[in-house]
Amino acid sequence: MDDDTNTREASAIAIADLTFAWPGAGGVCLDVPDFKVSRGERVFMHGPSGSGKSTLLSLVAGVLEPGAGRIVVLGQDLAALSARARDRYRAANIGFVFQMFNLVPYLTALDNILLPCRFSCERVSRLEVPAPAEARRLAERLDLEAGLLDRPASELSVGQQQRVAAARALIGRPGLVIADEPTSALDADRQQRFLDLLLAECDAAGTTLLFVSHDHRLSRRFERLVELRDINHVGRRAPG
Amino acid sequence: MSVLLHLTLRSIANRRLTVSLTALAIALAVAMLLGVERLRHDAREGFAQTISGTDLIVGARSGAVQLLLYSVFHIGDATNNVSWHSIEAIAEHPQVEWLVPISLGDSHRGFRVVGTSAEFFERYRYGRGREIGFAEGRPFSDLFDTVVGAEVAARFGYRVGQSIVVSHGAGEVAFADHDDRPFTIVGILERTGTPVDRSVFVSLEAIEAIHVDWVGGARIPGVSIPTEQLHRFDLRPKAVTAALVGLNSRVAVFRVQRFVNTYPDEPLMAILPGATLQQLWSVIGVVERALLAVSAIVVLVGLAGLVAVVIASLGERRRELAILRAMGASPAHVFGLLALESALIGLIGCGVGFAMVQSGALLVGPWLEARHGLLLSAGWPSHGEWMLLGAVMSAAFVASLVPGFRAYRYSLADGMSVRI
Repeated sequence: MDDDTNTREASAIAIADLTFAWPGAGGVCLDVPDFKVSRGERVFMHGPSGSGKSTLLSLVAGVLEPGAGRIVVLGQDLAALSARARDRYRAANIGFVFQMFNLVPYLTALDNILLPCRFSCERVSRLEVPAPAEARRLAERLDLEAGLLDRPASELSVGQQQRVAAARALIGRPGLVIADEPTSALDADRQQRFLDLLLAECDAAGTTLLFVSHDHRLSRRFERLVELRDINHVGRRAPG
Repeated sequence: MSVLLHLTLRSIANRRLTVSLTALAIALAVAMLLGVERLRHDAREGFAQTISGTDLIVGARSGAVQLLLYSVFHIGDATNNVSWHSIEAIAEHPQVEWLVPISLGDSHRGFRVVGTSAEFFERYRYGRGREIGFAEGRPFSDLFDTVVGAEVAARFGYRVGQSIVVSHGAGEVAFADHDDRPFTIVGILERTGTPVDRSVFVSLEAIEAIHVDWVGGARIPGVSIPTEQLHRFDLRPKAVTAALVGLNSRVAVFRVQRFVNTYPDEPLMAILPGATLQQLWSVIGVVERALLAVSAIVVLVGLAGLVAVVIASLGERRRELAILRAMGASPAHVFGLLALESALIGLIGCGVGFAMVQSGALLVGPWLEARHGLLLSAGWPSHGEWMLLGAVMSAAFVASLVPGFRAYRYSLADGMSVRI
């Protein structure tokens, strides 16, 4: 039991006996008996669309609550937190990059990067410099020209938007960054480039990265490849 | 909270055209509501103070409202006159300080001619005890002198020294002109916003004089008495239509009223103008309440528009709300974001609406008063207006809960990814 607690503490994500069904969807959609991601690990999760990737990520983020089972994120059992506390925990500890339309259109690129800092004091407290300065530093590391930062998000190209989203995910060094198909809106060249930048920044910050995609070509750059169907046992268990 | 305000302000700034149109619709509705309320208040105030400083109005026995209507507002006609004997008897009552008789029945180009004593201009009060002032000239003193009200003068461009003719009977179509006895305008009154503005004043003796060679509403055929000969006649009035009475002490008002009402020689009645004005207002007050109800409905329509606009925008914003959720926003944040936005638009609408009424009152108020005798005063909101503003803001707040709640439900259902 002590060992188990220790591995959970050492894990960025530890899932045990998780099941989830969308209300009214009929039938279980996720059944994950055991899945762990160590701290600092860079994991590529592969799964075709509709296989429950986004649902799993929402569960890890604490936006959805599991039907049964246990989800421990960075040592914190999500079930032990109230809904409001889960929202705060997410704000402080998890950065997100989505497939597209990542940004709030009416905010400037800079304000978008700073968004997690507005929802979480913890992220701000982890910074060594004022938040806007850190945002500009990250933007520069991610190849965003300084002039772009004051433009409304809606005026940026898709590639620029994804990099702004990456900066936003990384600001304040969250323990875990979840990237959900972040490159599928980019062409092949820019996919590689974006991945380089993201991986470099996660390394620099020591952040755990869970990268989800249906595109196998990107998996070469990761330490570990996980097939969603391997960890998701829906339909495999004997009934009863 | 500050993050919500920041996001809300940015979101509003981003959609400024839709937002300002929505706020404008609400502002116009609020301006209408407040404008009606203010006009209503000022009209009631002005109406209740059409005549003040007069303790009793005496006339032939009829209804109180009827007596008030014909003696003060010059609407309708008296059923009977009051004999001069009775008038003298009342004037001699120890409690009566002053008495101003009024004789109606003639007109000038649609305006009533009021036969009265020169004391009328001293005794008549309106508003909070304001006296009638002379814009030009002086009260009448000679037999064929006349003083005209502000609106009469303005309508026909009369000046002091001009000569006018009065007609027999009241109304636009007079039966016959007293063209043999022209009057000279010696005074023009200041505007009062009361029926005084629409009156032509002559002396009681003049009323007698223009009728010496008349019998039963027509000129006696073949008889024409030259104006120089008039002094031979007894021009004291035989009867008048009504009288305004002022008392030494207001305490005596019911005693004198009883004295008049039980006067043995003639069926007379005395009314308290203030009380009867209230009674009359309660009748015509239905119209103003209906007007207020209509404006309240307009405000509701404006708020419904606000809800519709914000909810319509919600469809496009589901993605944005999902992003905010991922960034750590709680469903309560999402609710607050949309509710705050609607409430702010409603609040801006209220503020702008109030500013519109205020500037409208400042800009158009004087013109309204001059041209239409409608009082529209600028100033801080009255108690009633605060109540209305409060009601509109509460309604806007309640309305804002609708998009807020909808966004809340979306955010629970969507989580971090929009599922449509």
